[in-house]
Amino acid sequence: MILDDFLFRAALAGLGVAIAAAPLGCFVVWRRMAYFGDATAHAAILGVALALGFSMSVFAGALVVALVMALTVSALSGRGYAMDTLLGVMAHSALAFGLVAVSFLQGVRIDLMAYLFGDILAVSKPDLLIIWGGAVLVLFLLVWRWQALLTATLGSDLAYASGIDPKREQLVLTLALALVVAVAIKVVGVLLIAAMLIIPAAAARPLSATPERMACIAVLIACLSALGGLQASFSLDTPTGPTIVCVAALIFALTNLFRVLSRKPA
Amino acid sequence: MTLIETRDVDIRHGANTVLRDVNLTIDRGEIVTIVGPNGSGKSSLLRALIGAIQPAQGTVTRAPGLRIGYVPQTLHIDPTLPMTARRFLSLPRRHATADLDKALEQAGLPDLHDRQMADLSGGQFQRVQLARALMEKPDLLILDEATQGLDQPGSAAFYRRIEEVRHDLGCAVLMVSHELHVVMSASDRVICLNGHICCEGKPEVVVSAPEYRAIFGTGTGGALALYRHRHDHDHHHDHTCDHDHEAAE
Repeated sequence: MILDDFLFRAALAGLGVAIAAAPLGCFVVWRRMAYFGDATAHAAILGVALALGFSMSVFAGALVVALVMALTVSALSGRGYAMDTLLGVMAHSALAFGLVAVSFLQGVRIDLMAYLFGDILAVSKPDLLIIWGGAVLVLFLLVWRWQALLTATLGSDLAYASGIDPKREQLVLTLALALVVAVAIKVVGVLLIAAMLIIPAAAARPLSATPERMACIAVLIACLSALGGLQASFSLDTPTGPTIVCVAALIFALTNLFRVLSRKPA
Repeated sequence: MTLIETRDVDIRHGANTVLRDVNLTIDRGEIVTIVGPNGSGKSSLLRALIGAIQPAQGTVTRAPGLRIGYVPQTLHIDPTLPMTARRFLSLPRRHATADLDKALEQAGLPDLHDRQMADLSGGQFQRVQLARALMEKPDLLILDEATQGLDQPGSAAFYRRIEEVRHDLGCAVLMVSHELHVVMSASDRVICLNGHICCEGKPEVVVSAPEYRAIFGTGTGGALALYRHRHDHDHHHDHTCDHDHEAAE
């Protein structure tokens, strides 16, 4: 069966993360939540450590801790804190605590690299099910709430006046973010999840006239990066997660170069 | 018919009471303007009416199914968010392309549907904002200093458009404005706000009210003179209103 091929499973896993992370990443970019994504992703390593310690599913552990982190950050935002400092503190201390927690566990130290940088080639069939389950759930959330999310992104007062509660929409994004983090750990690892959110969206921006178009192009770019990165890492013998991000970064450079070159002289 | 009503509303920002004892009603089809110095709680009042802030005390009652069209003072669209004028009109609900084009034409912007919002001039941007607020056929149109940054002809054209809209849709209009000469000619009712409702009524009544004069100056030279001097006069007055102006900042 074709799913027995580890490369095919890796490709499917990469595509699963791409289709969920890219459109969510658009909102992360539009709403300037990049650090927010970082904090959530970095916190997930603590979830991994806890899950391994209590012999639970790594997905569940990462999801729960990512969700707690995302909700905390979400609650703190808009209360007049210096958000970038606070997020920087939380992102990196969560990572540090996670790493320390992992070191207490016997016999998993070797696995740490797999969670920091991902281990897409080791994706199993049950992993695939979880990745695609999570991805479809995230896509469903985004499509279902799309208009409300977009209105709330433009301005919270605009949303309130239309009977939309921007806090609820923020919660939808928070939930989606935790889901993406949980499913992306295996593929790109906690250190590079934010890259899969932000880079495809940023690469799509110069080619887009509407939000929908930007989301679709971001998905295409993310898929291209996943497949291209997998291919490149196979032939160059490089770590797969970082290679995927490198391909995305190259596409970002290309599309932005294209914008600079195609800009009409003033 | 009453569209929206506040009863004994107090609004606080932290420990500061920005507004106290606000009682007001807006009825179908009337144009009501709120005037008042900076920090008098005008925007806070509008935000309480649309439900963006909860009053610390009192109640805001909206008629069941009330549709509000809202044009904020400024709308910052992040440069990473691509948004054409036509797409913008389809928020929060989608509309048929034909309706969108018709709305842009009525707004006097027939050729701009594919233009990015970021590339519009200030006047065009506000007209698109107004067009968006009108897409839902609102019962109540709320404008927060919608002509800020527009030049005289631009804001005059904007207010003419609002008058047209009121005529066509029969909606009520509630606006905050600094342009007193426009306010006085275009409003059915004026509410003078400074931490509470100082006075309200028909424009000509309000202009001669001592509370209003205390804030905007005296003289019967008319609102235009007041408007001209808006930038260099301060708000010393003889305290006919018994409230603390510091609290309103």
